[in-house]
Amino acid sequence: MADKIMDSFADAVADIKDGATLIVGGFGLCGIPEKLIFALRDSGVKDLTIVSNNCGVDDWGLGILLANRQIKKMISSYVGENKIFEQQFLSGELEVDLVPQGTLAERIRAGGAGIPGFYTATGVGTAIAEGKEVKMFNGKPYILEEGIVGDFALVKAWKADEYGNLVYRKTARNFNPLVATAGKVTIAEVEEIVKQGELSPDQIHTPGIYVQRLLQGQDYEKRIERRTVRKAN
Amino acid sequence: MEDVRQLIVRRAVKEIKDGMNVNLGIGMPTLIANEIPADFHVMLQSENGLLGIGPFPVEGEEDPDLINAGKETITEVPGSSFFDSAESFAMIRGGHIDLAILGGMEVSETGDLANWMIPGKMVKGMGGAMDLVSGAKRVVVIMEHVNKHGESKVKKSCDLPLTGQGVVHRLITDLAVFDFTPDGMVLIETHPGVSVDKVKESTEASFRVSSDLISQ
Repeated sequence: MADKIMDSFADAVADIKDGATLIVGGFGLCGIPEKLIFALRDSGVKDLTIVSNNCGVDDWGLGILLANRQIKKMISSYVGENKIFEQQFLSGELEVDLVPQGTLAERIRAGGAGIPGFYTATGVGTAIAEGKEVKMFNGKPYILEEGIVGDFALVKAWKADEYGNLVYRKTARNFNPLVATAGKVTIAEVEEIVKQGELSPDQIHTPGIYVQRLLQGQDYEKRIERRTVRKAN
Repeated sequence: MEDVRQLIVRRAVKEIKDGMNVNLGIGMPTLIANEIPADFHVMLQSENGLLGIGPFPVEGEEDPDLINAGKETITEVPGSSFFDSAESFAMIRGGHIDLAILGGMEVSETGDLANWMIPGKMVKGMGGAMDLVSGAKRVVVIMEHVNKHGESKVKKSCDLPLTGQGVVHRLITDLAVFDFTPDGMVLIETHPGVSVDKVKESTEASFRVSSDLISQ
């Protein structure tokens, strides 16, 4: 078995070249591959097309790559949390393709599953449907959406075993399992790597077949975007 | 202002029946969660991957791995489940969510909804709203009846870009409640102290008054 475990995040992203398409897991700042994003910032790679539900905030997550002008195009469902995003979008520096969240998730899932396209009712009769094939099923219109495959997929999981089987934690799972399937090369960073056999096969969320490179990160910051609490009774 | 929202929220919670799986949108719809009767078994879905949203955590117990679709820290209730985003929207698109309650900017007399962008302003994205309105079994929109200039938000046709076409089943405003039927838009309830004439004055859309109108 080829050893997937790498020590250096810099080495793990070294072959990501200018103009690459990356599919990146996370929802808001939850479950984002924070160490891989740092490594991309340090590598200085440019003109990236990034497929990810959001684009971080000004100084965290994918917002770091945006501030560093490394992103050419974002394919996302919601990007409202980011002032630098707005500036670069309005100045024409940054291309944006907005995709309904469920359609984005399914396009990534389909891409990873070898399905080039699928029909959905989402967006019928809206601007999203413009230019897309419409097909009737049972008397209702559906539009054709295409699967997405990336040059690289960047994933954050909670635990992995040495083979790259992944387990996520709570809502940090979000887009990560689908993203993991949709990269020609999938790089996963995790909080802990355990020995093969220590994770229950019944509990694996992402089978290791999808993961080519595996890294253990240290000192996860896991920023909270909106800290909301209630008073203790 | 707060009273208007309270009025809408108190009426909207009556849409939720015991045993339902419900998605509440970001903003005013989120407030409905606090009004659900304690003896109801209702599972609230968060489209980032949780069925069974609980209350906000007490201070010190916030978990960065546990947030709702508005990116707020939350908790999960007993019996809840976590899943990925494709599964979450399979649940939505596949018609397994009984009810989605969303905010609106404009609703048309044919049940079109606009709630995601204003041309000329920064476009933030539609998030999961387009999927929810086309996938949930039932879609209820809550919003104030007129905008801050006094213009009707209940229109013949939406001026703003659509989130969904003919997707709204029921509209609840601070004046009234409407249903959207194959025969058009129907006024089914007026709130206390609101006359049918007042509703007509405040509404650009054409609607018929139900013979079973509930007026309080």
